[in-house]
Amino acid sequence: MDGFRTRCCRFLLLAAVLAILASVAAHAQGPTYGLGRVPGADEIKARDIAISPEGKELPPGRGTAVEGAAVYTQKCAACHGPNATGSALHRGLVPLGNAKPVKIPFSLVPYATTVWDFINRAMPQSSPGSLKPDEVYAVTAYVLYRNDVIKETDVLDAASLPKVRMPNRDNFLPLQPEWNPKAKRPFGYYP
Amino acid sequence: MGSHTTSKRRQFLTSGVGLAGLVMGAVRSLRGQTAAPAARPKDLLAYGQPSLLDNTIRRAPGAGTPLADTALMTPLQDLDGIITPSGLHFLMDHVKGIPDLDASKHRLLLHGMVDRPLEFTLDELRRLPSVSRIHFLECNANSRPLRGANGESVQLVHGRTSCSEWTGVMLSVLLKECGVKKEASWIVAEGNENNKYTMSIPLGKALEDTLVAYAQNGEPVRPHQGYPLRLVVPGWEAIRSVKWLTRINVVDRPYMAWHESGNNADTRPDGKGLWFRFELGPKAIITRPSGGQTLPGHGFYEITGLAWSGRGVVRKVDVSIDGGRTYKEAELQQPVLRHAHTRFRFPWKWNGEEAVLQARCTDERGEVQPTILEAAKTMGVSPDYFYDADHFNGIQPWKVNTDGRIQNALL
Repeated sequence: MDGFRTRCCRFLLLAAVLAILASVAAHAQGPTYGLGRVPGADEIKARDIAISPEGKELPPGRGTAVEGAAVYTQKCAACHGPNATGSALHRGLVPLGNAKPVKIPFSLVPYATTVWDFINRAMPQSSPGSLKPDEVYAVTAYVLYRNDVIKETDVLDAASLPKVRMPNRDNFLPLQPEWNPKAKRPFGYYP
Repeated sequence: MGSHTTSKRRQFLTSGVGLAGLVMGAVRSLRGQTAAPAARPKDLLAYGQPSLLDNTIRRAPGAGTPLADTALMTPLQDLDGIITPSGLHFLMDHVKGIPDLDASKHRLLLHGMVDRPLEFTLDELRRLPSVSRIHFLECNANSRPLRGANGESVQLVHGRTSCSEWTGVMLSVLLKECGVKKEASWIVAEGNENNKYTMSIPLGKALEDTLVAYAQNGEPVRPHQGYPLRLVVPGWEAIRSVKWLTRINVVDRPYMAWHESGNNADTRPDGKGLWFRFELGPKAIITRPSGGQTLPGHGFYEITGLAWSGRGVVRKVDVSIDGGRTYKEAELQQPVLRHAHTRFRFPWKWNGEEAVLQARCTDERGEVQPTILEAAKTMGVSPDYFYDADHFNGIQPWKVNTDGRIQNALL
């Protein structure tokens, strides 16, 4: 009797699981509401400006700090100061390895792609997005050179930029692969 | 925001008072020009305004920074209930100017690791199943303590939080329309302002309760809150709730954009960098009576304030009138909602003696808001650490002096 009941239960469970799987599969097959437009690959490419740490989205182009100095003088110095010492460049850059605030540029920037991405999308403030890829590579090289991250003659391009080691690359807590809503964490460590 | 030093903050506080005075002055002179109610232009009635005799509740300027940030804090001490009027919702924007986008031209693009990239107009989004939810937003730099027995207001110290009813489409609905690929684990959300502000959010949160909002408190989201579209990521530091939302890229790792790494990362006491501190801790703040106010005389006062937690529901608020030696449970005003401000009340009779008023929040997981000393002990640091750190949720004590003046009593 018990065995029969167990088998019955198992069968019902299996049926339920199959029903759920079927509905999930149905869901995954296609859109429910059919609204919105499917954009062309070119349209997406034109808008897809975010650069990942691997730099796979980086456009062709190249630049060095020497070239970047000229672009910097022309388009950046008005806000950031003549030698890249303006306060805006130090903003948000709290040091690592020392809880007392001593400004160390780029200490909280983990990847050189972060610098390229922000200059490309947001600078100069009077005309964001107006720099050509060569100019972005060059200015990025200049700023990194001024902060002793690379040499003045180092060429930055789509292949070399992601390989630049930022000063505190290893001083961050490891990435969480997935946020877990149920994870308990001690005070001060959110989540 | 990790870079605002105490001295910078002080500078701004001084200038902030001056600016607030200017705003008030402007209001008064305007009032002088509109003498009789009969002379009011009709459009003032078409969109109702506060009483002309009592129209002084204003946001106050926030921290000045070298960039063209716009920072305005919510006047918590002047508000009741749990909904912040849209015009008083705090701002803390790292953008040059606040864009007023043309909704008819605005598009939301979802692409990346999906079966079908899709682009939606506002009209299309409004045709999809909608939800309305009351959620607070709080800046990660809110509540950074100010040293000493100062008379700074609850607005200037804790006013980087507000609560609205947000209406829109669940992001999960839009992502399901696109069909998220198995290997995806994060999204990168982008706004359509000058900086093209960018934030990475784990896919789990994006699918759980994140909202693409087109309305705030019953009307279109205000330009300063992201018109025509903003992301609302409930319970998480508000820097994740991307304004002027225009693009969602489904990816397999966080992109570490400028505003989520260099500009907003924090340091741990051991010197390690903290990239992600999504959730906000439990917090209760007494908004009346509070810093900078003066009690007009002895007798009965209702102590009131707001409590919230990034984890979800506020379970309990305790109030102390003796600086934390003893606590009594406060009354929670309904509704008590997930990821929403919760109003609490506590009856109190002031007999003219010194008192230290403070509130303590306990959330649904049982986490109790710490004092600054308890927080320091837990993290193994001196309390100094919190004067330059983000995500501080320590208890705020307000000292009532014998002459009725109320001051900060935090160290």
